[in-house]
Amino acid sequence: MPEKTAGTLAGDNLVAPKISMPRRPAGTLYRGREGMWSWVLHRITGVAIYFFLLVHILDTALVRVSPEAYNAVIDTYKTPIMGLGETALVAAIGLHALNGLRIILIDFWSVGTKYQRLLFWIVIGLWVVLLIGFVPRQFMHIFGAH
Amino acid sequence: MSNAVMESKPSVPDEIPTFTATLIIRRFDPEVDAEPRWQDFDVELHGTDRVLDALHKIKWEQDGSLTFRRSCAHGVCGSDAMRINGRNRLACKTLIKDLDITQPIYVEAIKGLPLEKDLVVDMEPFFDSFRSVNPFLMAGIVPKGGKERKQSPVERARFDDTTKCILCAACTSSCPVFWTDGQYFGPAAIVNAHRFIFDSRDENAQVRLDILNDREGVWRCRTTFNCTDACPRGIEVTKAIAEVKQAILRGKP
Repeated sequence: MPEKTAGTLAGDNLVAPKISMPRRPAGTLYRGREGMWSWVLHRITGVAIYFFLLVHILDTALVRVSPEAYNAVIDTYKTPIMGLGETALVAAIGLHALNGLRIILIDFWSVGTKYQRLLFWIVIGLWVVLLIGFVPRQFMHIFGAH
Repeated sequence: MSNAVMESKPSVPDEIPTFTATLIIRRFDPEVDAEPRWQDFDVELHGTDRVLDALHKIKWEQDGSLTFRRSCAHGVCGSDAMRINGRNRLACKTLIKDLDITQPIYVEAIKGLPLEKDLVVDMEPFFDSFRSVNPFLMAGIVPKGGKERKQSPVERARFDDTTKCILCAACTSSCPVFWTDGQYFGPAAIVNAHRFIFDSRDENAQVRLDILNDREGVWRCRTTFNCTDACPRGIEVTKAIAEVKQAILRGKP
């Protein structure tokens, strides 16, 4: 404190570091580690896959109504935007499936809790390999000549 | 001669360097504030100081209204669990030098329990969960001749990790499931159930397994490992919960 006062008296242009004060009354985001983020991703992908399945069951059920209606709906899916959506879908299902296996190992493998962090990075690694195999092929499909 | 000796030993002790750290504290006074607000304080500290020392300096020198709990101040009583830079820690076990002081230090109350004032929360729901798992030895058979109940070192080691709990609530209030579902028993209650479920002298493990086989019991655990990271005693909380899950599936400890 005395030093600070002396600085002010000397009149030098020492400006206090600008602090970005949180304006919202809410607390800070909890800074969890791999375990928490894998849970967040699992939840998000799970909910997203649920909504996909809902739509998927509805459009597949259309074939019972009339094959023409079914074909009409499926034809509207053949756009680049839906192609990107399919890419996101495969990414989400891949992550959800691999992380699901990780959770099973944590629950049932006696040393699963010890290696959960390593398991998370293995899941990410396998997921990236999966996407490297799939995404270029899918992009050729979307943007390539039909 | 004596002068030379004096020069080799400085008569004035070296001043321990200090630095100014900024703490941003989430304040809440129920008599004035409608909702919590953030307030910043500049404190002059030593590298060996802890966050609790910084809070003391603020309370004693700058703002006496700052409210927080602490008792032993040495990581044993578990009174001063709070969220420091987004992670649940004991203020008395977090050294300032381990934090990045070029950035402000954020201090706020633990989440998921009702906020009473500043850094103080109502711990009663937490202790209610603790009480409901029967956290005491339940042994009907009295050993003969007034002797003690015997236990081998191996049997003792089985639950050693979970005996370390100090009930600071750092684990329970770091759990994303507990934040949204206050009915969940929470990691601390399960840890204390684990301590007796796997105690060879205890005879009522099944009662506790039945209590934790509830909707709001161990199956609420989503293995986020926040509790294991938050525990100031280094208890492998998620592992203990997984062991209780396995015991329920087996039907015995």
